[in-house]
Amino acid sequence: MTVIQARGLRKAFGTTVALDGIDLQVEEGRILGLIGPNGAGKSTALNAILGLTPYQGELKVLGRNPWAERDQLMRDVCFIADVAVLPRWLRVSQALAYVAGVHPRFDRAKAQALLAKTAIRPASRVRELSKGMVTQLHLALIMAIDARLLVLDEPTLGLDILYRKQFYDSLLNDYFDHSRTIIVTTHQVEEIQHVLTDVMFMNRGRIVFDCSMEDFESRYVEVMVHPEQVAAARALKPMHERQVFGRSILLFDHADRRQLDGLGIVRTPSLADLFVAVIGEQAGAAAGAAA
Amino acid sequence: MSIAPDSARQPSPEAQAASGAAMAPTRPLYWSVRRELWEHRSITVAPLAVAGVVLLGFVIGLSHRLRGVSALDPAQQHAAINTPYDVAAFLFIATSFIVSALYCLDALHGERRDRSILFWKSLPVSDLTTVLSKASIPLVVLPLLVFLLMLATHLVMLPLSSLILRAKGVSPAALWAQLPLFRMWLALLYCLTVIALWHAPVFAWLLLLSAWARRAAFLWAVLPPLGVAVFDRIAFNSWHVAALLKYRLVGWFTQAFVPPPKDGVPVDPLMLLDPLKFLGTADLWIGLALAALFLAAAVRLRRHRQPI
Repeated sequence: MTVIQARGLRKAFGTTVALDGIDLQVEEGRILGLIGPNGAGKSTALNAILGLTPYQGELKVLGRNPWAERDQLMRDVCFIADVAVLPRWLRVSQALAYVAGVHPRFDRAKAQALLAKTAIRPASRVRELSKGMVTQLHLALIMAIDARLLVLDEPTLGLDILYRKQFYDSLLNDYFDHSRTIIVTTHQVEEIQHVLTDVMFMNRGRIVFDCSMEDFESRYVEVMVHPEQVAAARALKPMHERQVFGRSILLFDHADRRQLDGLGIVRTPSLADLFVAVIGEQAGAAAGAAA
Repeated sequence: MSIAPDSARQPSPEAQAASGAAMAPTRPLYWSVRRELWEHRSITVAPLAVAGVVLLGFVIGLSHRLRGVSALDPAQQHAAINTPYDVAAFLFIATSFIVSALYCLDALHGERRDRSILFWKSLPVSDLTTVLSKASIPLVVLPLLVFLLMLATHLVMLPLSSLILRAKGVSPAALWAQLPLFRMWLALLYCLTVIALWHAPVFAWLLLLSAWARRAAFLWAVLPPLGVAVFDRIAFNSWHVAALLKYRLVGWFTQAFVPPPKDGVPVDPLMLLDPLKFLGTADLWIGLALAALFLAAAVRLRRHRQPI
């Protein structure tokens, strides 16, 4: 079933257009990575989905209008909007009691079991915890909620690599199953590539690329071309070319792998490479148009 | 319990009971009020401190105040015995007002300042419930708390007075005659209710300011009324605005009570109450209507608000 359905979603702050009429459809059981440069409109899109901001256009999340029914929607939707939003005065025990008090789908025993695996003590206040521990606490609260959609907006910003890895590992191992849906935005693209089922690039308020990870792996090929083959490879119309250690690396969309095999070392590109190719091309085109 | 992936979809018995019982609509409100008490400890600490100060002062002043109380005429006797109770009541009410005002100015501002509004909004609690829980602190929780603390201090003060009187060879009967306890408590409850209703638009306005102001909510609360009052004085040589502000702060006294007799003769405290006059005062209802309007605006603002 469809978890999120958006049509012509638009949002402007004064003359700045944050969302320029995007269409979006997210099915149940997907883990969608929303990736884009700063100011691309990712957070605005998530805020609209979470009912935190009004918008123009059509938007349904789990069949509800998020702006009109935020409190109802939050029974089925969880979000971690950036790291430091847990109030500093809150005690861990109070956080558990409060969420248990207001959330019908919160399993307190599960949250306590998750916290027992960390160094967080129930009597601690949030201000006494390290940044990584605050994220662990927030994640334990969220994972104990039987929600259908989880939205993560830069959930691991400012954390060291151990916490970041642990964050996604517990999310995948202890939380995700195919009746849940996750949307995540991050700048650490390479770290979540293996986690995602779908990926979407945003730039200047528009969705500029949308693909499942299966399609991504079959569609895109990167070739580190032998120097003598560069001209032949360029003739096959790569979508992007970059130089690494004096070697040309060409990125192809829908290319014939057998044809490319003779030209150099063939491999699947990373999401980061594709991102640079797609967004970089756009930035170049825009600069060219402006000049 | 196991938290393996296969068990992830099976909620614990506690969670099943909670979702099966279909959460009562008042539950989020109840927990939101508790949340406010966790965050703003001055709500409970300040009245407790007042109770401590009142009791300490009472104990220290006890022996000299009751010295020769039996020699006084009834009016003086009444004053000697009642004054500490009146002072205590004043102290409680003034503290409660100050704590409420400061609380309201921070209530919808602090959550935006520390970005925690994003956490609160990630839970299924409506903006209406949140604003109502915050409004209930000055309008319900603090008056009730102050009332209970007043009862508690009375229950400490009375036996102490009796003991001292007895030690001085005076029968405490005079004391008990001067202090009709239950009638006093009833009058206090009336007084606190009247004040809460009368001040409702003030606190609702402060809540609205705290939802609206990007910074310095306190200055927005204090300077504009002061400025208008001064302007009124300079431009029109009148005190109308100042009188209006004063009326909204202390006007409850003239509207809800009959003036006490000048000769100081003790009367039944219930005789001083005038609930019919109070309920018939248009200004009470105008104030409540304004309070509802301000709270509705605060709900609307909070819905649109992002962290600052």
